[in-house]
Amino acid sequence: MLKVSKHRSLVGQLLLMTVAMFGFGFLLVPLYDVFCEVTGFGGRTNAVAAAVDEAPDLTREIRIEFLTTVNSYAQFEFVADVDSMTVHPGRMYAATFTAKNLAAGHKIAQAVPSIAPGSAAEYFTKIECFCFTSQEFMANEERTMPLQFIVSPELPDYVDTITLQYTFFDTAPVAANVEN
Amino acid sequence: MNTAAHDSHDHDDHGPVKGIRRWLFSTNHKDIGTMYLIFSLTMFFIGGLMAMVIRSELAIPGLQFVHPEFFNQMTTMHALIMVFGAVMPAFVGLANWMIPLMIGAPDMALPRMNNWSFWILPVAFSILLSTLLMPGGSPAGGWTMYPPLVLQTGNAFPFLIFSVHLMGLSSIMGAINIIVTVINMRAPDMSLLKMPMFVWTWLITAYLLIAVMPVLAGAVTMLLTDQFFGTSFFLAAGGGDPVMFQHIFWFFGHPEVYIMILPAFGVVSEIIPTFARKKLFGHDSMVYAASCIAFLSFIVWAHHMFTVGMPLTGQLFFMFATMLIAVPTGVKIFNWVATMWRGSMTFETPMLFSLAFVFLFTIGGFSGLMLAVAPADVQYHDTYFVVAHFHYVLVPGSVFAIMAGAYYWLPKWTGHMYNETLGKVHFWASAIFVNVTFFPMHFLGLAGMPRRIPDYSTQFADFNTIASIGAIGFGLSQLLFVWVLLTSRKGAKATDRVWEGSHGLEWTVPSPAPYHTFATPPKARIANEAFE
Ligand code: HEM
Ligand SMILES: [Cu+2]
Repeated sequence: MLKVSKHRSLVGQLLLMTVAMFGFGFLLVPLYDVFCEVTGFGGRTNAVAAAVDEAPDLTREIRIEFLTTVNSYAQFEFVADVDSMTVHPGRMYAATFTAKNLAAGHKIAQAVPSIAPGSAAEYFTKIECFCFTSQEFMANEERTMPLQFIVSPELPDYVDTITLQYTFFDTAPVAANVEN
Repeated sequence: MNTAAHDSHDHDDHGPVKGIRRWLFSTNHKDIGTMYLIFSLTMFFIGGLMAMVIRSELAIPGLQFVHPEFFNQMTTMHALIMVFGAVMPAFVGLANWMIPLMIGAPDMALPRMNNWSFWILPVAFSILLSTLLMPGGSPAGGWTMYPPLVLQTGNAFPFLIFSVHLMGLSSIMGAINIIVTVINMRAPDMSLLKMPMFVWTWLITAYLLIAVMPVLAGAVTMLLTDQFFGTSFFLAAGGGDPVMFQHIFWFFGHPEVYIMILPAFGVVSEIIPTFARKKLFGHDSMVYAASCIAFLSFIVWAHHMFTVGMPLTGQLFFMFATMLIAVPTGVKIFNWVATMWRGSMTFETPMLFSLAFVFLFTIGGFSGLMLAVAPADVQYHDTYFVVAHFHYVLVPGSVFAIMAGAYYWLPKWTGHMYNETLGKVHFWASAIFVNVTFFPMHFLGLAGMPRRIPDYSTQFADFNTIASIGAIGFGLSQLLFVWVLLTSRKGAKATDRVWEGSHGLEWTVPSPAPYHTFATPPKARIANEAFE
């Protein structure tokens, strides 16, 4: 009684829409990445080493604060060796962080950086960072890790303090950690 | 009574097959509609029981009845069940029953798929509910399933994801069916703009479903692969970003709230003209307003995440876009009021529920506007103010519209008038208790009480006690509805038109509507002129 053929093309179009929207959900992932990189949204900074020319602006001082957090499933101690420093835009600086594996086994850790305020993220460039790669720790190993960075002289005037915060993760899957 | 309807079931008079097979293998839109509605009512009570657990625990400060972990399972499961198990299937049930009758079609366009899309639901919810019995219990990270918290769910996690997949599948199949029915199977002389509002709002809703349910499916699939297959979509340690989940989830989530309210707008737009004995004011503007709302719902999602640390321009954009939705919503509210203006109104139960809908949904809209103010939302976010907001739009909003629709069309389904006195008692009890329950939550939220907590500081005590009393009252009032349904065949025989002021093809068929209707397409215009 019902003429299925009459419906076939409309059903086909609707199914196509469904599949396209499923794909769109996944497309949001790269789109989000591009968006964050362009805007500094989410306080993202460069994830690979970048080369930058020095052109110090000695008239301006910016306070850089270091914050460290250990993810609740990572058995680590992780601190910044200095809490904060005062820098000139356009000059390169170095800082160090120290981490200790509290577990009796070998662990691989990853530090994930974030910048606040987010609008400063694109002016903060890391030249060298322990966060560019994952870090291997033997049982109970303690290690000091380097960071080199430069703040661009183009940093907007209203920013006088930048907070760089690292979260230290154990890279083993969350599920495995939960069972520990 | 008009002749078109009488002629329509002359050759095709066989009734349903007997016994369980009628329901298991049914491809009849009326049977499937009935099953959706019964399923939805069952879920409404299961979800309601969970709400009773929540409100009992919160009645006084301190931890008294349940463990905090179980409390969190209750809030999570309550929301999932009410959203996907009660409200959405109820509207699909109403659509199944009424859309073919309203547009003069013999059945839904894809009857077998219709059977599938219903029967997937009991499976999905059995899976979800079975997690209550698992070691570690049900999901407890909130219905929004934010990672990384949701990834700590334990045994229930894959079951949660799988059941969400199934619910999405069912909704998408239902939506495709509705679109094809509405587009291809209208009575020949019913143009798109001549369609009843309920059909219109459902058409728009169905497109929303197709647009966003696959996105939800994608998001939960990413959660699944993050947990079991080593991807890092949302894991910061692997280069992912948990905030991205919120974006994808709310890209689905905000249109989802309109999926739950647009059909409610449709139901109310059918009922108010009937009992005001006037035509719906501004039918076409209602259609444009609903389309406008549907479009805007795609560009406001981040109002759920003002506190994640968005750039100022982002906050401004989402704030103004959100406020813009109030304009088409206002158009609808004013049109309903204008429909009633100088009408000769009577106040039968469906009308009472619809009037309460207009009034109380507007309160929910106003608190929504307050939440849309980005700087203010920093204070309100994740407090009971948000809980008050969405319960106002969903309970006296969507749920009241479903109740209104059920009372309105019940005589057409059963062939008998329900007990009007009991219906009115049900209405007044619901309307009073819903306010006793949810109004104090505004004050709690403004005072800073966080949502999703099993215990709270003593300063919040009194309002919580009031809310809990209201909740128990509201829950018990719903038993009256079951009573009305159980006794619904005892009343007087319903006429074909049922209500004095009703219009539309559904009122041209006998009451109860025969198993098969409109085997030959009716003349919609002639049918409606018969009522003038
Ligand atoms: C005028 C229209 C509306 C506006 C301006 C509005 C605005 C908002 C805002 C800004 C929030 C986020 C609050 C926060 O988390 O801090 C919110 C939450 C919510 N709204 Fe609305 N809303 C409106 C209508 C609706 C409707 C019609 C529904 C459903 C039928 C709805 C359901 C919800 C739900 C379920 C939540 C909470 C989600 C959650 O976090 O669990 N809203 N609304
Ligand atoms: Cu929203």
